Amino acid sequence: MTVRVGNAAQAPEFLESSKEQLANSQMRRNVRHATDVIRTKRNRVVAEMPDWEALRESARQLKEHTLLHLDIYLAQFEKACTQAGGKVHWAKDADEANGIIRGIIESHGEKEVIKIKTITSDETLLNPALEAAGIIPYETDLADLIVQLGNDKPSHIVVPALHRNKTEIRQLFIEKMKLENLGDKPEDLTDAARRYLREKFLRVKIGIGGANFAVAETGSVCIVESEGNGRMCLTLPQVFISLCGIEKVIPKFSDLEVFLQLLPRSATGERMNPYNSIWTGVTAQDGPQEFHVVLLDNGRSHILADEKDRQTLQCIRCGACLNVCPVYRQTGGHAYGSVYSGPIGAIITPQLQSMQHSQSLPYASSLCGACYEACPVKINIPEVLIQLRNKVVENGDSPLVERVSMKAASMALSSGSRLNLAQKVAQVAQSPFVHDGKIQKLPGFLGGWTDSRNMRSIPKESFRQWWAKRKQENA
Amino acid sequence: MVGEAKAGKRLSASRENIFSAVRRNLGNRNPNFAADYERISRDYEVAGKLSPEERLHLLEERLQDYGTGVYRCSPEQVTATISQVLAVRGVQSVLLPKDFSGSFLPPKAIEMIYDDNLSYAEIDRCSGVLTTCTVAIALTGTIILRHSADEGRRALTLIPDYHLCIVQAEQVVETVPEAIRRMEEFKTAPITTISGPSATSDIEMTRIKGVHGPRTLDVILVVS
Repeated sequence: MTVRVGNAAQAPEFLESSKEQLANSQMRRNVRHATDVIRTKRNRVVAEMPDWEALRESARQLKEHTLLHLDIYLAQFEKACTQAGGKVHWAKDADEANGIIRGIIESHGEKEVIKIKTITSDETLLNPALEAAGIIPYETDLADLIVQLGNDKPSHIVVPALHRNKTEIRQLFIEKMKLENLGDKPEDLTDAARRYLREKFLRVKIGIGGANFAVAETGSVCIVESEGNGRMCLTLPQVFISLCGIEKVIPKFSDLEVFLQLLPRSATGERMNPYNSIWTGVTAQDGPQEFHVVLLDNGRSHILADEKDRQTLQCIRCGACLNVCPVYRQTGGHAYGSVYSGPIGAIITPQLQSMQHSQSLPYASSLCGACYEACPVKINIPEVLIQLRNKVVENGDSPLVERVSMKAASMALSSGSRLNLAQKVAQVAQSPFVHDGKIQKLPGFLGGWTDSRNMRSIPKESFRQWWAKRKQENA
Repeated sequence: MVGEAKAGKRLSASRENIFSAVRRNLGNRNPNFAADYERISRDYEVAGKLSPEERLHLLEERLQDYGTGVYRCSPEQVTATISQVLAVRGVQSVLLPKDFSGSFLPPKAIEMIYDDNLSYAEIDRCSGVLTTCTVAIALTGTIILRHSADEGRRALTLIPDYHLCIVQAEQVVETVPEAIRRMEEFKTAPITTISGPSATSDIEMTRIKGVHGPRTLDVILVVS
């Protein structure tokens, strides 16, 4: 069995990659701007809802309940979906899922597929697997298209191209779509995407997507989206394939009344996203006449064992925790080395890989608790982070963050000249964070110290510097 | 064939593998999951609080918020309103579901194309589509289609660039739970919820109107 979460097992440790990302000031500006916009919108539409806390609590209990009886609900889903004309497949890991999907495509002799945004397929590395088999996957979500055309990596769960601004996207479209005239209004960019993809929507015979919710009672799949690319992919092709993590199942159709309120307000700050599609198996003379669901484990069943860790699987992938996270807002998504970034990525990525890889991610947090507060299904992310840190230590796998910081401290303290240097670096490095002689908000993992307390700034002159100067003056 | 059988065996082995891993990791549980489900707390609001007129007004406001054109008229005025709206939008020909039964058929001045098994390419050449809906949600500015005879198959309200939807006042509810409960009897039909025209938030997190679905959505709200 080979559990894989994108290329996370090969990614550099968080501390290393975050340093690299912190140096990219354009990316940081883009991430800061985009997360500011979405936070403002989200706060506004959440404040409109007097029963928001009651909805969160119901969603939490619903997810907790479903996970506790996951075997029963999966069996229900399989039965109902099959009765409605769908075909259910089971994949224990990424390779198996990719193999099943490839097999379906090849059985139709097709060489192209159109895709709805699905992070689960990024998790299994489906695109490279299809390409290796000579099949071209076309991403049709605007952000995924931007990532694919730019040979880039997704940096956000909901808005994978969040690290790119309008100007960069326009340049990319001109180059890759070979456009001579392209305006610089956002509408010009969406219009270019519309024209680029329309022909593919009408022609390509197989569509692939994920599932936001899989309804056990009816065997239905629900896809939540904005652009209409989802509707195109799940309506026009002859065959549609849903790649769905086993944790996406919900008990009943009526439970959508909870999730369809929480998800759009949390994800994009909208009262409702433009389109939701819910369908059940195959409908005569409407949409694909062949429908497959690939239910993927890939390390999920393992996370069920511990009650606290299990919360991780409640996630509905809204991205709200990313937008409020002081660490994510500094480093962007790429530093996490995983298709799942931000606070939720920091707990889901190492757990899917049985804590064998990405062990530094549980340290990529200041434990400030903003993620817990924003989470629409009330995942206590800080609680899970602490538990995972304990596991890392128990495994005897003292993570890079600790190793590096302890090493740095011991290096600094063991030599006078190095201590001098470290103090000088600290004096300069602290300057953006000092207000009235106090440090109120430190970046990155240092932020944990300053979220609930201020720190006295490091004096402009260290004792050694003062002593040396005094000696010079007296000389 | 032998290869296929082998592959089939391996895959059903994966099914067993997943189920046994799930059961092993979850351990002992209350076998009465249905009773567990009933205990889930549901303290959120279900029933709306607005008067019928306030509810309709909220729907209009929320539809407009997302850039949907809204026209209110009486049952007698529907036909005239359709031709007025289509003229404003410059739509010359409208697509109709094959078995469209609306008594308010569009005026003769406008070309009507019935969806008689049209190919997607043929639908793509039509400039607009006219349908009804099943439910509308005031709070979120949403219309819900279950793709009945008057709402057409899903491709119909997806490919053309313009969608005109007739909403009856009695189809309008205030909250999402009210809408989902009304949809309960149609829960295995294909369902599409539409909140404003196609849009994206992918560029700098700002909602931009118009990507792949209809870029213009108009609603005629029929109130007796």
